This record gives sequence, C-alpha cells and structure tokens, in this order.
Amino acid sequence: MCTGEAVRPGGTLRAYRALLGAQARSQTAYRASFLLDLLGNVGATVFDVVTVLVIYGVTRELGGFTLRETLVMVGLSASAFAVADLLVGNIERLPTHVRTGLFDAVLLRPLGALPQLLLMNLPLRKVSRGVFGVGVLVVALTSAGIDWTPARVALAVVAPLAGVVFFGSLFVATATVSFWWVDSGELANSVTYGGRDFTTYPVTIFDGWFRAAFAYGLGFAFVSYQPALALLGRADPLGLPSWAGWAAPAVALVAAALAATAWRTGIRHYRSTGS
Amino acid sequence: MSVIELDGLRKEFTVRVKVGRLRREKRTVTAVDGIDLRVEQGEMLGYIGPNGAGKSTTLKMLTGVLSPSAGQARVCGLRPVADRTRLALRIGVVFGQRSQLWWDLPLGDSFDLLRHLYRVPAADHAARLRRCRDLLDLDAFLDTPVRQLSLGQRMRGELTAALLHGPQVLFLDEPTIGLDVVSKQAVRGFLAELGRAGDTTLVLTTHDLADIERLCARLVVVDHGRVVHDGSIAALHARYGSRRLVVAELDAPLSTPPQPVGAPLHRVEADGRRLVYALESAGVAEVVSALAGLAALRDVSIVEPDIEDVVARLYRSPAPDPRRPS
Repeated sequence: MCTGEAVRPGGTLRAYRALLGAQARSQTAYRASFLLDLLGNVGATVFDVVTVLVIYGVTRELGGFTLRETLVMVGLSASAFAVADLLVGNIERLPTHVRTGLFDAVLLRPLGALPQLLLMNLPLRKVSRGVFGVGVLVVALTSAGIDWTPARVALAVVAPLAGVVFFGSLFVATATVSFWWVDSGELANSVTYGGRDFTTYPVTIFDGWFRAAFAYGLGFAFVSYQPALALLGRADPLGLPSWAGWAAPAVALVAAALAATAWRTGIRHYRSTGS
Repeated sequence: MSVIELDGLRKEFTVRVKVGRLRREKRTVTAVDGIDLRVEQGEMLGYIGPNGAGKSTTLKMLTGVLSPSAGQARVCGLRPVADRTRLALRIGVVFGQRSQLWWDLPLGDSFDLLRHLYRVPAADHAARLRRCRDLLDLDAFLDTPVRQLSLGQRMRGELTAALLHGPQVLFLDEPTIGLDVVSKQAVRGFLAELGRAGDTTLVLTTHDLADIERLCARLVVVDHGRVVHDGSIAALHARYGSRRLVVAELDAPLSTPPQPVGAPLHRVEADGRRLVYALESAGVAEVVSALAGLAALRDVSIVEPDIEDVVARLYRSPAPDPRRPS
C-alpha cells in the first residue's frame, strides 16, 4: 500500500537552492552575452532618472516638489520596481509557460508552483538594474537634507522593501489574469509599467479620477509618494495625515494577500493545454 | 484501499464559440463525463481512447494539474489537487509532449537536480540511477545537454527522471509517441521489467496498441469522456465480437466462393485466389474441412484478432446518448 516517506525539514530550502543554481548555470553558459545583458539592463532605469532630470531642467518645481525631493520618490520607485522586476517580473511569461507545458511540469513537482516559476526564470541579468535602482535611492536620500531620526532610518529601509512586495504582488496579480484570459499581457503591462511611471513623480502632478484610482484605489501613492513625504518631513498637500507614509508596509501586505488569493484561484481555474 | 480511486470524476470546460460576426456564445464541453475506476497496487493499466476522449484530462486530474469539476479522485489516498506537493513525491509522471528535464543542462545534471527537488537520500538515488543507466543505456549521452538529445534519448531520460524518487504510481501519457522502433522497444522492455517487479502501479495512455498488448493485462477504453470497456484484452475481443480469421489460399479463383456455415466470407483478395473467412460460430477445423471439400487449397492460415480493429470499431460506434442513463 501507499506508505509515505517522511519529508526531512530543511529539504525544501535545499530544493529551491538547487533550482536557483541550475538557473544560474543555464544563464551564464553564454558568458559574453550575459555580460552584455547585464549592461543593457541598466538602460531602462537610467532613462527614468534622466527623464526626471530633463524635466527639472525646464522647471524648478514639479507638483510643488523640488528636484531633490522628487529624486527621493524616483529612488524609492526605481529601487522597488527594479528589485521586484528581478525577483518576480518574469511571472509575466506565465502565458508562455502555460502554452509550452512548462507550467504542467512545474505542477508535477513536490514544490510550490509560484516559487518554482520565479526561481526557474530568475533573470540574473536584471541584477544590474536592481543595483542601480538602490544606488539612486541612496544618493537621493543622502542629498535630500533629511532630518534623520531612528524612525526615519527604519522607514528608509522598510519603505523600499514594502515597495518591492507591492510591485511583486502587482506582477503576480496581473499575470494571474492570464489563467482566464490568455491575451491579457498588454493590460498587465499598462498596470505594472504604468504604475512604475506613476510612482516616479509626486502624485500632485496628476488629477481627478486618474489620481484617485492609481494613487489610492490601486495604492501606488504608498510606494514612493507617502513614504517620501514622511522621510522629508513634509505635510501632504493633498491632506493625508503624516502617518500615511508609515502605512506602506500595511498596504504592501494587503496587496500580497490579494495577489496570493488571486494566484490560488487562478491555479484552480487552470485549464492546461493540448495533450 | 486501492492505489487509485475515481468516483464520478468529471471535467467540464467552458469555451467561447463565435456565432455571427461579433457575438460569442459560452458553451460547456464535457471532457470527462463521470468516470469510476479502481486500480490496485502493481497493476498495469492501459488507458486508451480516440483523440479528445478525455485521457490526458483524466491523467491531469489524477496528478493534481487540473481540478475536477465534480466527483472525486484519490491517488495513494491523497486528493491530487489539495495534496499536490505531497502526492508529487509518490508518483512519477511522463508526459510525452512535456519535459521534466532542464533544456540547457546536461542530462546528468537534471537527475542531480531532481534528487534535491524530491529530497531523495543519496544512496537510493545512486542505486535507482544505476539501474536506469543499465537498462536504458543512458551512459552515452549523460553529459549531453538535453536540447541536443534525440527524441528517443530524451524519452529514456524522462523515464529515468520520473523514477528516481521511487514512485508508487507511474503515469505515462503517450510515452512512445514519435519514437523509432528501437527506442520503442527499449522503452517497452524497460516498462515490462518494471511491471514484473510488481511494486509500481502503472497507468499508460497510448495510441500505439502494441504498447498495450505488450504491457497491460487490463485495458480501459474511454470514449466521449466515459469508460466503454474495462477488462482484459481477451474480454474486449469477446465482448465486441472480434473474430479470428481463416485465410484460405486457392490454386485458382472460383466463380462462386464457398460459404461454410458459421464463418461468413470476410473479404476476397489476390483476384479471388485468397479467401478470408471470419470465424463466428464455427471452429477452425470445421471451416477448414468444409473448405477443403469445396475447393483445392494451397495453404490455410489462422489470423488472431487485431486489437486495432476492435478499438477502431469501438470508436466508430455512436456517442452514448447523454439523456439516456447508462
């Protein structure tokens, strides 16, 4: 009869590490192209920063914020997005994995489907982007003239992490849509990349229903704008209390819970393909 | 407790069908339409049916890939979807058109990775790998990246990958599809060996009935999502009246072929010099002696029933009426 072998604790972690190692070996098999990829991947993030600098070349203030203040938001947004994109971004290839049957193979293994997919697709070439994003944040924080208190130091560490969780959840949630609607890629991109662009600027430059929907409906204000206000010690021109900047981790956790629910529901609706 | 238990297992898909230029209509397609099945430990079960009969869908529900729409499945006492990761440690799966191997890494590296994924003790892993290397001749291509393997080599790799954690049940979906004759033989021989050992339950879907004849004592035929036959191959022949044939070679064609009682003329070949009779109520001896009295026989041979013919006839039979309880 069926007798199960006891699973040794710690084995799961080793299993994930083995998956990661395999991924690293496959990707670095072509060394020259890997190095080029590393360099090429900094590009997009550099472009975001340059755009902001160019805008401040023609105006001294944007939505009531100076360049140094805005750069704190840029740093928070860029570091959070780049790290989330590195760790979770490749989940957007889910429809491909469904089509090629890789997703079936993943479901047949004794490990969680989501961690497996993330590790098997971890784009190591995007490490350079994450490093650059964190670099921008560090420079912005040190040059913004922040009045450092222990609480603000803590927030400077927690806020980007919350941003990573928030963007990561967004990647997972939007990819999940493809379980029902295979061609949902464009919609997913408009929310994730649109969200990144949105968080690069103070939300005060946006207006009306668009600001309400993106900043507070989807929660993007809590990625960079509100934490930046709390770090800079500025009151919110839009009237939210000063603790709103500290709500970033809570917002991120809510987003993660929603994404996890969406993912589980998606797997139950998974239809597989062909034979 | 059976190793595999299915009770009224169903799977429905909703598809959107274009009607008119813009309108789309939701339609429900039933891929698996209430399957009850028990498989005992050590059994080798052939699961066959035409394209779209619901074979792969059933296998996917048994392995935790798809959730059933209704009914229940238990494999090794576990619910496949809810206990997916625990079940994965106890089953091995080879989907002919899916790979469990790492495309860019040497085959041997995949085996090593699977050891970590399935948390197999090193000694057990080494012993199982050695056995597979011997029986499946893997040594020549262990260091070759999987993407460079031939289909036959890859399939031998997939089989090994599915067995390294010592599964209690092995599911095989079209394991010999597209393989050359030599690789087919190697795979069948290996599976037959596995079956003889008796501790692994084997469920096999295939289009190649030679796989079934060679490997499976029990045959389940599904069509339109339902089981239409469950039993031995002999029982299938008996039930669907597949008949042995008597082939009579004549010296010269006859103007009117003889009609022995109980064995109607099946077909005429070679310009009337070869007559093929289907044995119904008559025995071989009766028919041969009757023929010998009527014509000059050069040779007589008996052809055993061909499972492909039987199954082809099964598939052609009309779909069971869904309104009629069966």
